[in-house]
Amino acid sequence: MKLLRMKPGHGEVMLAEGDVEVPEDERELIEAFRRELDAGMWAAVPTGAPGCRREAELVKSFAEVPRDAERVIFFPRAAGGAPGATL
Amino acid sequence: MSLALPTGVIIILVLLWELIRPALKGAMAHQRLIWSLRQRSPALAGYDPGRERRAERRARALLRSCIDEHDWAMYQDLGFLRVWDGLSTGPDGAPAYAYLIYPHKPIVAYLPESRELLSEYCVAFPDHSKPYGSSRLPHSDDVLAKWMALTADERRLIGEANMHLPGRQIEPERVKRDLARLARWEQQRLGRGERVPGNVRAA
Repeated sequence: MKLLRMKPGHGEVMLAEGDVEVPEDERELIEAFRRELDAGMWAAVPTGAPGCRREAELVKSFAEVPRDAERVIFFPRAAGGAPGATL
Repeated sequence: MSLALPTGVIIILVLLWELIRPALKGAMAHQRLIWSLRQRSPALAGYDPGRERRAERRARALLRSCIDEHDWAMYQDLGFLRVWDGLSTGPDGAPAYAYLIYPHKPIVAYLPESRELLSEYCVAFPDHSKPYGSSRLPHSDDVLAKWMALTADERRLIGEANMHLPGRQIEPERVKRDLARLARWEQQRLGRGERVPGNVRAA
């Protein structure tokens, strides 16, 4: 499983990678997961195999992440607003 | 005769100098300005003009890996994504409305049948840590963030957004043109025998 985070000016960065079945890896993944949530990030798990319907699932704890998920993507939480010029 | 040649050379050099002097002066002033700005702003000193492009390339690769092939083609060809509403259905069981996702612009809700625009949902994903001097995600990351939030929890995203009437930030005529482009684009794909998945819906 990979934990990725979107970053302005960079694209995604990998925060942690490991096998959830290996206790040490899982601990590291959980710690990284908590750090991001504490920093106010939202966490999403993209789902759906290639050729199937794709969507995402928002998760609020590591326990909610499917064990077979390949990656969790963190991104800044949504905020209303975004003023800008007319397109 | 012996004096004429060196004199001619000197005159030519002086004329040439007069010709290039303004351009040289301008270039030196420009360099001085850049140097003084760099002294005042360390962020500018580290500015890498290719960074935004590389960030966008990475963001596009991530977006492509997350969304359906049809949606990826739509984004590449048209510059936006459509997501069907997942909260309500019309009389025929089809989604009652749909959303258009533009990079760094509001999400636009519309009625698929009539193409009537319903509202704009202004939403952003500001990263206040500003790791590279800006709080804005690359364009394709912004689209992916909206797509993930919408397909995962439509109600939550819409709840966080500021709702406005159509036309607040995006010209309604432009959206209508985009909807017409989308219809033509899907017709062309159908004509080529390509799959046009129906009703990929928000959650």
